[in-house]
Amino acid sequence: MRLELTGITKRFPGVVANDSVDLVVEPGEVHGLLGENGAGKSTLMNILYGLYGADEGQITVDGQPLELDGPGDAIAAGIGMVHQHFMLVPVFTVAENVVLGVEETKRLGWLDRARASKLVGELAERSGLPVDPDALVEDLSVGVQQRVEILKALYRDAQLLILDEPTAVLTPQEADDLFEAIRGFTAEGRSVVFISHKLREHREIADRISVLRRGKIVGTADPRTESEQDLANLMVGRPVELTVDKSAGSPGEVALRVHDVSVENVAGKTIVDDVSFEVRRGEILAVAGVEGNGQTPLVRALTGLEPEFTGQIDIAGKPVAGRSRKQVLRDGVGHVPEDRARDGLIAEFTVAQNLILGMWDAEPFAHRATLQFTVIAEHAAGIVEAYDVRTPSVNTPAGSLSGGNQQKLVVAREFDRPIDLLVAAQPTRGVDVGSIEYIHKQLVVKRDEGTAVVLVSSELDEVLALADRVAVMFHGRMVGPFDMPVSKEAVGRMMAGADPDEVLGAAGAGR
Amino acid sequence: MTDETRGPNSGADDDDAGQQDAAPPESSVLTTDEDRQAEIDAAKEREADARTIGLEAGFSERLVAALTGTSVIVTILAFVSALVIGAVIIAVSEPQVREVLGYFTARPGDTFAAVWTSVSEAYAALVQGALGGRSQFSETLVSATPLILTGLAVAVPLRAGLFNIGAEGQMVAGGVVAGFVGFSITGLPLILHLPLAAGAGIAAGAFYGWIPGILKARTGAHEVISTIMLNNIGILVAGWLVSTALFRQPGRTDPISRTVEASATFPRFLSGFRVNTSLIMALLLAVVIFWLVERSTHGFELNAVGLNPHAATSAGMDPNRALVGAMTVGGALSGAAGAALILGVQGRLTIGFSAGLGFDGITVALLGRGRIGGTVAAGLLFGALKAGGRSMQAQTGTSLDLVLVIQALIIVFIAAPGLVRAIFRIKADDLATGQISKGWGA
Repeated sequence: MRLELTGITKRFPGVVANDSVDLVVEPGEVHGLLGENGAGKSTLMNILYGLYGADEGQITVDGQPLELDGPGDAIAAGIGMVHQHFMLVPVFTVAENVVLGVEETKRLGWLDRARASKLVGELAERSGLPVDPDALVEDLSVGVQQRVEILKALYRDAQLLILDEPTAVLTPQEADDLFEAIRGFTAEGRSVVFISHKLREHREIADRISVLRRGKIVGTADPRTESEQDLANLMVGRPVELTVDKSAGSPGEVALRVHDVSVENVAGKTIVDDVSFEVRRGEILAVAGVEGNGQTPLVRALTGLEPEFTGQIDIAGKPVAGRSRKQVLRDGVGHVPEDRARDGLIAEFTVAQNLILGMWDAEPFAHRATLQFTVIAEHAAGIVEAYDVRTPSVNTPAGSLSGGNQQKLVVAREFDRPIDLLVAAQPTRGVDVGSIEYIHKQLVVKRDEGTAVVLVSSELDEVLALADRVAVMFHGRMVGPFDMPVSKEAVGRMMAGADPDEVLGAAGAGR
Repeated sequence: MTDETRGPNSGADDDDAGQQDAAPPESSVLTTDEDRQAEIDAAKEREADARTIGLEAGFSERLVAALTGTSVIVTILAFVSALVIGAVIIAVSEPQVREVLGYFTARPGDTFAAVWTSVSEAYAALVQGALGGRSQFSETLVSATPLILTGLAVAVPLRAGLFNIGAEGQMVAGGVVAGFVGFSITGLPLILHLPLAAGAGIAAGAFYGWIPGILKARTGAHEVISTIMLNNIGILVAGWLVSTALFRQPGRTDPISRTVEASATFPRFLSGFRVNTSLIMALLLAVVIFWLVERSTHGFELNAVGLNPHAATSAGMDPNRALVGAMTVGGALSGAAGAALILGVQGRLTIGFSAGLGFDGITVALLGRGRIGGTVAAGLLFGALKAGGRSMQAQTGTSLDLVLVIQALIIVFIAAPGLVRAIFRIKADDLATGQISKGWGA
């Protein structure tokens, strides 16, 4: 089907989220929608899926105008959407989830589970989305859950599939499988709208790319001819540096010393296994690894959130053990948590309030026990200015900022005080290109100020761009650190558990 | 995003990692079963994590966010809607109206006139009874005093993400202890005896609020369950105490306690009017609580824990300390309500003296949207309704229960802001509360 959006405009109080957007999706096409966080991609797709009403503009399908009063109308018109956050019933099987709402029934309304399972199984096979129709959804990995979501749309015979940031939750291998399946859909004549802010993925899968910036379509590009650099510039609206410009560091004294540290989980299983390393002032140690290999508990131990570790952690010569989280932070540790929505911010709190989390009862923000609102507001205004946090005011709830700006807020809060050690866990996850560039620069600035930096990341490119030394976590154990340069291939193989001696050769760098 | 939705996803993240690890041949260490086990372990760990934090990110937390997010307009319109439905109830319950309704088609004017008369008279009597004169105003303030305090007793824990259903029991504890100190000690001057008795009541309430707080912090016992049970315990124990020789009025067999000494009674402002200095205590406490919750570092902690305990922990706060503190302060305020009632108005303990004022506190706090100023205002309003309702019943025969109906309706409308928006055709956009702004942007 050929979908055409003309002059779509959607206003929210104080913001024009979509400003007369024109978009055409041809049959059998993968149409990439590229834009920074907050550019209006999701709003546009929610309008197309009937979740929002457009203030102006028209949607036509094969030349026929389409009126959407809700997702039901969109589904009836052959539009399917896979949201960033899945809408599945965890305790139902795959087949039950897929047929939910359009169930196969026998006489008297009995559910025909066997038939549903068979149909879903066949559909899964045909679509190149292998999944066991009788498995419980709660037992499935995120990647497989996403397949179930796509199957839901296909089962309702979607001719146009909207995938909202589908790769954000996938491992590289799973992403490759997804792209394979997408090519299958388009071969059948279905169209796909692919939303992402990752340039590389657009170049890999999209036939055509529309770039959205601040609610407007600013250009349509052919991914085969356009370079990543050009796309990035178009998306951000100014020249962007995709590589990090950093001089050789000048490491000083040891700021973080980790000796034989192990952490057990409540079930008694060792999740950080005898890890030792040191980080000097003025250097960045990047800890690479696929997520779930012990990085999270290690970071918790380093930053005073995990009192139950064995071994020794000293920061600037003082042991972490026996100090509270609050004390550890106050004594000079900055921590950018990996899940900013959960641990880094309070969405309902204002920007100003979020900027004093961690320092809320210290001078000058509080005098005795009374909060000093003027000081807090001035402090916030200064930080918002210095770190280029895009917010209407310092009294705006942090939750209403875009993802990139929320992360800048966390980064700004942790960077803007004198610290000996900075622990940044997945600092650019879910963040747009412009903000990534900014956060990377700030990490280098912090290093050059003489802070010891531990960067935990599962993004290989980020690790290689920023690291002065690199270590890899696998099954709770750490290999390295190794002095850079280490090849991307070598780090990738160690992330998969390869023996470092083998990977790096007999002359491999020691600890 | 709530924790329920986050849970399974993060669980699956671990699974991802497991799958990927298992893929390359180098890693023969983990079998699939072990992967599964690791995943279960991780889930258990997260569960335990939630338990130590003591807040499983559920009902109360969402309630706090929803309440503090409700706009003032919705609150006011909820009140108006409740009054309109109240008017319908007055009209249909009036015999005269039903009579003229019989020939509605012949003379509809009669019906409208009768409806107008009954409704306007009842509401006029309500307003008259609340504000119509010095003694009416005095009664409004007398009724409002405990309501302000129990309202705050619910509002403060609410801000920490806790739903304190236990104001009733905490109030009983405060009233019993304040009363006992008030009548068992004699010979002290007012300046010592009154603060001693009131302080003892406040301390007793604080202790009774501390119990569910510490239970939650240490064991994860849900405060809604434990406070409901503690209400029963408090009310029944108080009933038994009043019938013991220790409390009972000498020479009487019915369960009424001895009378509080004059030296432990809140002095009245004017003789002949029941309004007394316990109102001053309530307002002073409200000011202290306003500073505590809205202006102090403790309040910052309290609000942070209520809205996102994980981020609060991450910022170096202690969620358990905050929740025990919030429940203790809530209990203290309920205790003050009990003291105000016994030492200010009733003068002695009877069975069921609390008369549901603690439960009314829930309504007051909800109408006040969990804000301190709002709760004080809601307490005054409900005090006026209570006092006015009594005089309405006396003058027009409209049942006092109407006031309860109106109160209940207000809460229904506040709990369902969508209903209010539908009635008054307000677009959600116009009541932007941060909710909708979460929707847009990729």
